[in-house]
Amino acid sequence: MKPIMELDNVEKTIYNDDATLNILDGINLKIYPQDFIVVLGTNGAGKSTLLDAITGANKVTAGKILLNDKDITTENLAKRAQFISRVYQDPKLGTSPRMTVAENLLLAERRGLPRRLRSRRLKEHMPEFKEFISSMPTLDNRLNTFTEKLSGGQRQTLSFLMAIIQKPELLLLDEHTAALDPQTSADLMAATDRTIKSKKLTCLMVTHNLSEAVAYGNRLIVLKKGKIILDLNTEQKAKLKEEDLLEYF
Amino acid sequence: MNLIVSTISQGLIWAVMAIGLFITFRILDFPDMTVEGSFPLGAVTTVMFIQSGMNPELAMLIAFIFGNLAGFATAFMYAKMHIPILLAGILTMTGLYSVNLRILGKANMSLTKPDNIFNQFGLDKLPTNFNGIFLGIILLAIITFLLTVFLNTEKGQAVIATGDNETMAASMGINTTVMKFIGLMVSNGIVALTGGLIAQQNGFADVNMGIGSIVIGLSAIIIGEVIYPDVPLSIRLITVIIGSIVYRLILMIVLQLGFNTNDLKLISAIILALCLALPSIRAEFFKVFRDGVKTK
Repeated sequence: MKPIMELDNVEKTIYNDDATLNILDGINLKIYPQDFIVVLGTNGAGKSTLLDAITGANKVTAGKILLNDKDITTENLAKRAQFISRVYQDPKLGTSPRMTVAENLLLAERRGLPRRLRSRRLKEHMPEFKEFISSMPTLDNRLNTFTEKLSGGQRQTLSFLMAIIQKPELLLLDEHTAALDPQTSADLMAATDRTIKSKKLTCLMVTHNLSEAVAYGNRLIVLKKGKIILDLNTEQKAKLKEEDLLEYF
Repeated sequence: MNLIVSTISQGLIWAVMAIGLFITFRILDFPDMTVEGSFPLGAVTTVMFIQSGMNPELAMLIAFIFGNLAGFATAFMYAKMHIPILLAGILTMTGLYSVNLRILGKANMSLTKPDNIFNQFGLDKLPTNFNGIFLGIILLAIITFLLTVFLNTEKGQAVIATGDNETMAASMGINTTVMKFIGLMVSNGIVALTGGLIAQQNGFADVNMGIGSIVIGLSAIIIGEVIYPDVPLSIRLITVIIGSIVYRLILMIVLQLGFNTNDLKLISAIILALCLALPSIRAEFFKVFRDGVKTK
């Protein structure tokens, strides 16, 4: 099977006054279709930088990033958005507060496509959106609500839906349930898992939650000081227990 | 009576500028100082071209395009060179002062040609000041209509998203740099157009006429928001127009009370500061109203 994405010896170095710091230090990773990879690591391990490198929000200093065998290392964020979508940890980052839920979905539906000088056709999309959000009870009848009036959980659910309304080649989840209360967080995580399976998505999920890391996904990697120090495949991960992970922290 | 008619006429003409400013201040969500330069730029360009024999509509179209260029300069510094927006605007504004002097050749110039936009299309047959009201309403109808239609296109939505949440917009593949260029260019084009209108209404252009123009535009926006707090975007544009008229009426009343016209800019600044502070004042007032004044 051919990987969807391949990181080949990716490095990110920043230069301080007198010290150089390798935030990403030779990352090699192959992501295959329908992989659901959980990424664990302490603060400062390079998790966010890794996601930034994949989306193009932050350029890498060395190494290559391939998407379906095509070198995208130098392509910018806007161009990669057509294939890669991302849900942020902060509920404020993922949605446009002064737009309604439906308007946000409309924006997301054209992710990575040119924004044309023609009517957005909001009304025509409403039945489709109604159907689309029906799988998420928290957003029921909220299509015309301004996003700033939504709760954190509702916003994160919307951010997640926005990330998948146009199927991405690779979905990035950046601790997307971490800012929510335990119940809401568990609900969204379960819904996320269901959706990833039913829509056959390929996903990379960063988390701090060890039980989530054990419960979800088919692969697990641990980042430490910019290096991948553990990479478990499906079989190895199935045998994994929470205690086993503690030694890496 | 005539005073009120002239005040409303002024309010309508200045509302055109407030709509232009609205694009940057509320949609893109940053204060754009460029307008203090693009406003007189529009005035001097219009007067200069009319004086050289061009018809007024064409002269105003050129003023609009010059305004676009001023917006382009600010957008280039801000979105491409990453100069903070406030500074980028001030730099363009400062540079434009010399450009305006160059265009005009001197500090001010009277409009001596008989033709101007206020006496075209039979507007001169209307009673005094009604031509301004008529022209203002027509122009505002056209501009708010076009702007509303644009904001409802895919591109317009991308501009709104850029101002609302740039991180999200970028992650959705929106080229936020281009959206900032569009917003700043259209905004300053409209502001320059207003400069041309005001110059024709006053019968002259002066390189110093931009001073305080941003305060006038912002006052219209803020007063509109204070009077009508929660309205959708298309209605918001109409509240800006109402805000502009109310602002002129407030100024008129203040002047009628016997204040010196030399103090006008100070009064304008105080009015705007009060309007901006109103939400805090209101919150404080309700707190006192609810809890009473605490004494130790």
